[in-house]
Amino acid sequence: MEAFTTLTAIAAPMPMQNIDTDKIIPARFLKTIKRSGLGVHLFDPLRFDKDGNEKPDFVLNQEPYRKAQVIIAHENFGCGSSREHAPWALLDFGIRCIIAPDFADIFYNNSFKNGILPIRLPRAVCDQLIDDTKMGGNARVTVDLARQVVIRPNGEEISFDVDPFRKHSLLNGLDDIGQTLQHGAQIDGFEAKRRQSQPWMPATTA
Amino acid sequence: MSASRPRTLFDKIWDSHVVERLPDGTCILYIDRHLLHEVTSPQAFEGLRMAGRKLRRPDCTIAVADHNIPTTDRRAGIKEEDSRIQVETLEKNVKEFGVPYIPILDVRQGIVHIIGPELGLSLPGTTIVCGDSHTSTHGALGALAFGIGTSEVEHVMATQTLLQNPAKNMQIDVSGTLGFGCSAKDIVLAIIGKITTAGGNGHVIEYTGDTIRALDMAGRCTVSNMSIEAGARAGLIAPDQTTFDYVRGREFAPKGEAFEQAVAYWKTLPTDPGAHYDTIVRLTTAEIAPMVTWGTTPGAVVPVTGVVPNPSDEPDEGKRAQLQRMLEYMALTPGQAMQDLPIDVVFIGSCTNGRIEDIRAAAAVAKGRRVADGVQALVVPGSGLVKRQAEEEGLDRVLLEAGFEWREPCCSMCLGMNPDKLTPGQRCASTSNRNFEGRQGPGGRTHLLSPAMAAAAAVTGRLTDVRQLV
Ligand code: SF4
Repeated sequence: MEAFTTLTAIAAPMPMQNIDTDKIIPARFLKTIKRSGLGVHLFDPLRFDKDGNEKPDFVLNQEPYRKAQVIIAHENFGCGSSREHAPWALLDFGIRCIIAPDFADIFYNNSFKNGILPIRLPRAVCDQLIDDTKMGGNARVTVDLARQVVIRPNGEEISFDVDPFRKHSLLNGLDDIGQTLQHGAQIDGFEAKRRQSQPWMPATTA
Repeated sequence: MSASRPRTLFDKIWDSHVVERLPDGTCILYIDRHLLHEVTSPQAFEGLRMAGRKLRRPDCTIAVADHNIPTTDRRAGIKEEDSRIQVETLEKNVKEFGVPYIPILDVRQGIVHIIGPELGLSLPGTTIVCGDSHTSTHGALGALAFGIGTSEVEHVMATQTLLQNPAKNMQIDVSGTLGFGCSAKDIVLAIIGKITTAGGNGHVIEYTGDTIRALDMAGRCTVSNMSIEAGARAGLIAPDQTTFDYVRGREFAPKGEAFEQAVAYWKTLPTDPGAHYDTIVRLTTAEIAPMVTWGTTPGAVVPVTGVVPNPSDEPDEGKRAQLQRMLEYMALTPGQAMQDLPIDVVFIGSCTNGRIEDIRAAAAVAKGRRVADGVQALVVPGSGLVKRQAEEEGLDRVLLEAGFEWREPCCSMCLGMNPDKLTPGQRCASTSNRNFEGRQGPGGRTHLLSPAMAAAAAVTGRLTDVRQLV
C-alpha cells in the first residue's frame, strides 16, 4: 500500500448526498479478478451517457478536475455495498483523499486499507472547500496527515480527526496483515482457549 | 471487563471474541466463520499468494458462487466470459488453499446469506464475516455478522481475525401485532424510512420487542439483512427458542450432546436488564403498513396507500436537490399515488426475500391468478434447498400456472451481474434490498416491497395494496 503523507492537489466538488457504491462503480464492472484498471469506470453512471460518451456537465469531465486527487462531497459518501472495487476505482483514477461530512462505515474502512484518506469535516466546512474549488486550476488544497490539517488555498488550516492506528498505518504504508501476524502467539492462545470453552463449535469441513 | 456490568448482546459477543486490545483501543477480533463468494475473493487470494501466506483456518471457511451465475440451465455452463472466469478462479483458489466449496450443481448451492443459516453454518454468539455487505443477515440468529472489503477478506484468510473498533449499541424496539398484509419486509422498510439510510452509522442494531420475537427465522433474516441499508454495521436479534429450534438438526450445526452444550451457552447471550444502548428507537406496528419505496435510496419509502413526496416541502437545499434527482430518475411527480403505478418487471428473490416462506407468500397471492399482460415476473429461490422444498410443496406449479418464471438459485436481478437485468426505463417491483440508480441494470427503476406485494403487482400489472387481494 502506498503511504500517504502530504498531498497538494486539485479538488473536485461533488456536492451530493449518498454517493453510493453503485454510482462509484456499478456492479457490471465487478467481474474482474484484479485490483487495477477500474479507474476508467469510476462514477460511470454520472460520467458517461448510455453510449459511453462523456457527459460534459460532470465535474471529472471538466478541466482542471480531470486531474483531481481530492473529492469533496456531502453526507454519507460511499453508502451501499462492501465492494472494495469502489476505493480501487477511485485510487486507479488518482483520488487519494475524500472530504465529506460523514461516510458509510465499510467504505471508510476500505479507503484506509487502500491508501485513500477519508476526512470527516462539518458540512459548513465542506461547503467552504467546495467554494474554494471553483477558483480554477490554481486552487489547490493541501492535506497534511502527520499534522492532521487541511490547508485551504488561502492558507487557512482546518484540523481533522483520524484514528491513531489508521494514521500510523497510512503514514507508513503498512499493511494490516503483517502487523496482526506479529500477534500470532496471542491468536494461537485464543484459539486454544476457545477449543476448551466451546468444544461444540463445528468445522466447515464436515 | 467486570462480569457484573450489565451488557448488551453485542457487548457479550464482542467481549468474547477480543484476542487483544491494542493501545489505541483497536481490537483484534476473532472470526468464527468466513464465507467467501466469487466477486470479492479473487484479489484476496491473489494477495495471499503474492505474500506467500497460508489461509489460516480452512475449517472455519466455506465458499460458494452466487452473484453472477445464470438462473437458467446451469449444466450449459456460464456463457458470459468474465463471469465464467470469476467462478473458475474461485474454484481454482479453493482447491489451492484447501477451502470447503459448495459447487454450482450441488443442491445446497445458493446465495451465501441464505445458505449460511440454512446449513447451520451461522450460529448464535459467533462472529461471521463475508466480503458482502448483506452479511448482516446472519445477525438474525444472534451472531455478530458484518460485511467486509477484500483487504479484510485477505486479513481474515491470513489471521482468522480482523482489526475492529467497537461499535455503538442501538436498540430498535418494535411492538404490537403486525397488521393484515404486512410482513418482516414492511417492518424493516418502515424502520429505514424512520431512521434514514444513515441512521445506523457507527452502530450495531439490536432489534427487540414482541413484534420481532413473533417473527419466524425467515422474517428475522429479512429484517437483519437490511440493517446495512440503515447504515448500521450489523443487526442482531437475541437467540431464543425459535432460533434453537431452527438451528437444531441442520447440516453443520452441533449435534447431540454438543448441541445441548451450545444451547446452554446461547441462553446466556441475550442483553442483560439495565444494559446501556447509545441510541434507542421505538416503533409500533401502527406505523407499519405494506410499504413500497418510491426513490433511489431504501429510506425513500411510503405506505403503498401513500403518495410521492413533494421536494418543495423539504427545507434543506441539499436534501431537496436529492429528492428532485430521485423523482427525475424514477420518472415520478410529486403527489402521485403509489398505487396504480404500472410496472414492467417483478423480481421475487435475493438474500432479503428468497426463502421458502417468501415464496409461499408470493404463491398464496398468485394462486388462481395470472401475471398481467406485458409483465415479466421472475421468481428466483435463494438456494437449491429452497427450490427443492418449494417444488415439493407444489409452489413452482402454482407460480408457473400463473405465468411466473421459475429460475435457478442465485442473486440474479438483485444486482444484475448475471443476464437478468432491467433495460433502461423499465420499472420493477422487487423484493431485493437496494433501489440505487442502475442497481438492477442501467436506467432501471426499482421499487422495493415484500414478496406478497410483489406478487400482487405481478398479477395486476401495477403497484397494488396486497390487502385488496387476500
Ligand atoms: S442477493 Fe443481492 S444483496 Fe444479497 S448477496 Fe446477492 S447481490 Fe448481494
